[in-house]
Amino acid sequence: MDSREVDAGLRKTMYEEMVLIRKFEEKLIELSQEKDKLVGMQILANGQEAVAVGIVKALKPDDVIVSNHRSHGHLLAKGANPKYLMAEIMGKATGVNKGKSGTLHMAVPEVNALMTTTIVGGGPPLAVGAAFAQQYRGESNITVVFFGDGAAAEGSVHEAMNLSNLWKLPVLFVCENNCWAGAQSLSEHCAVGDIAARAVGYGMPGELVDGNDVAKVYTLAKKMVMGCRNGQGPALIEAKTYRMRGHGEHDHQHYVDKKELEEWSRLCPIKRLRNNMLSEGLVSEAQLQTIGRQVEARVDEAAKFGTESPYPLPEEALEDVWVEDFTMQQVAQ
Amino acid sequence: MAVLSFGQALRDALDVAMSEDERVFIAGEGVGVSIHYDPNLPTHGLLEKYGPKRVKDTPVSEAAIAGLAVGASTLGLRPVVEIMFFPFITLATDMLVNHAGKLRYLSGGKSSFPLTVRVKAGVNFAAGCQHSHNLEAWLAHSPGLKVVFPSTPAEAKGLLLSAIFDPNPVVVVEEMLLYWMQGEVPDGDYRIPIGKARVVIPGKDCTIVSYGGAVYTALEAAKTLSGEGISLEVVDLRSLVPLDRRCLLDSVSRTGRLVVLHDATKFGGFGAEISAIVAEEAFDMLKAPVKRVAAPDIPVPVSPPQEIFYKPSSEMIIEAVRSTVGKA
Ligand SMILES: Cc1ncc(C[n+]2csc(CCOP(=O)(O)OP(=O)(O)O)c2C)c(N)n1
Ligand SMILES: [Mg+2]
Repeated sequence: MDSREVDAGLRKTMYEEMVLIRKFEEKLIELSQEKDKLVGMQILANGQEAVAVGIVKALKPDDVIVSNHRSHGHLLAKGANPKYLMAEIMGKATGVNKGKSGTLHMAVPEVNALMTTTIVGGGPPLAVGAAFAQQYRGESNITVVFFGDGAAAEGSVHEAMNLSNLWKLPVLFVCENNCWAGAQSLSEHCAVGDIAARAVGYGMPGELVDGNDVAKVYTLAKKMVMGCRNGQGPALIEAKTYRMRGHGEHDHQHYVDKKELEEWSRLCPIKRLRNNMLSEGLVSEAQLQTIGRQVEARVDEAAKFGTESPYPLPEEALEDVWVEDFTMQQVAQ
Repeated sequence: MAVLSFGQALRDALDVAMSEDERVFIAGEGVGVSIHYDPNLPTHGLLEKYGPKRVKDTPVSEAAIAGLAVGASTLGLRPVVEIMFFPFITLATDMLVNHAGKLRYLSGGKSSFPLTVRVKAGVNFAAGCQHSHNLEAWLAHSPGLKVVFPSTPAEAKGLLLSAIFDPNPVVVVEEMLLYWMQGEVPDGDYRIPIGKARVVIPGKDCTIVSYGGAVYTALEAAKTLSGEGISLEVVDLRSLVPLDRRCLLDSVSRTGRLVVLHDATKFGGFGAEISAIVAEEAFDMLKAPVKRVAAPDIPVPVSPPQEIFYKPSSEMIIEAVRSTVGKA
């Protein structure tokens, strides 16, 4: 597959979105070095932007995504507003989840990013349920679930794959194989390194793709999404990529081979797309710089919005547990 | 005696157990190589010392980790497995609740399951409700599982060593934010019997019963209240199952008042059990109704002011004690 097969305008949009994710997370890196700016450890998808963007670009707005602890890219690609994500990551009242979630489990129902879980392996069963509802109501929408190579070791993933094909549910399983689960490398935690190969065992299509080539990810996603939409049941994509900044921002990667990191940094998905658009003459250096500046302005605005927003009131912690307006204390009385 | 951090004390216990007994092995996610490089973490350096046969990094598979412990223990090994954070124990609970706690019973007492599960707890480390959720009452509610929850470096070592060599399944809950706290720790194979509470400070007006990191909140309250002439007796349960009823009831008989404190949510929490035992067995000794100070019945929020709001504070204890002793 040649990236030229993907429409030039679309490639430019994908470039912009990948740059947005990168710059959004670079802002988080910057802010995480300031005291008390962000809440908790930041888990970044730096280097994995092509997976989020390539997959989500193959979806319609009504399609659902289920995300995991490394979610910023998925959510931004689905169209979440960076301002409200940033405020959430700062624990502010204006955050997309009013400060209840912080960085790890942001749900953005407005863009059908309905469920995000930091329970590794929690996503696939949730996706089964969402896809069941889509099938039950006779919709043509599908559900995509992003999970890691590490998550593939959880029993829940097996259950979800079997059930979804048994009932021919429209689930696209996207395994972001970034070569690590915590401090364990793929070969240390996974008996069969090629996770796409598992698809055979469930009787569903499964393919491996270069996760740092957004055009390839997009093209494969298009094909798999079509199968899901047409009632053929689930499919599995394994996108091979790399976790460039360690597990989280406090991980100094003492266990990572620096040469391996360097090799993967040469495969940066943003650089690659940029270079091929330039060499094809689709964009000029100046246009790319403009995109960069526009994105930076959006990210700065998001950071400003988050910083200037107030924290929620302490007692507001009691809200949002139940749909009805009551607390357990009142129930007990 | 050596001065060790809480985390080093746990590590010392693992080290003593492993050097003493070839049957002991440890397993879990990142127990060998961790993303955190910190000598205060309980498994730090053990891979280097004991090698990959006995220090096993596992895939992200809590059910298999717990199952590994159950199966290996009944063949005579002494597994010590780690569940990274308390809420993740839900993925291991089939193996713990339905198997570790029941298979001996189902065998008519023929088999045993001498395993240890270490789990990290903490309601205020800015990670939210899927990382912070103290579920000790769930475990305590499951017959066949012992549950300990130490609060000092010495207790951490002594209870973990007892857990490892206990013939039953034991869950050791580790208050993660205490890992860096220093204290004197006895050398060698130091064990604290499981099921023995400790009176941390004696007092005469009101008993505070607690465990884990919450003990320090109680001590803070005791300090403030002593300035007002109210004397608190602080009891650290150390072990929830089995429970030291004697220590609890003796303390209540001395003070006539009880406030129970934990960082877990209130409704159906372990404090309810303590209150019920005292109501059933020591009603006549009570001069005032029992009070519970616990987290509100909500998941742990992330936003800093709300996370602070969630965790029971010394002010809440002070208020509860004042009302109990009639000085509200
Ligand atoms: C059930 C559960 N177990 C353990 C963890 C701790 N944990 C968080 S991320 C992670 C590694 C996950 O690896 P992978 O699925 O490959 O995702 P990646 O972090 O590489 O994106 C682990 C073990 C968790 N959050 N949930
Ligand atoms: Mg991974």
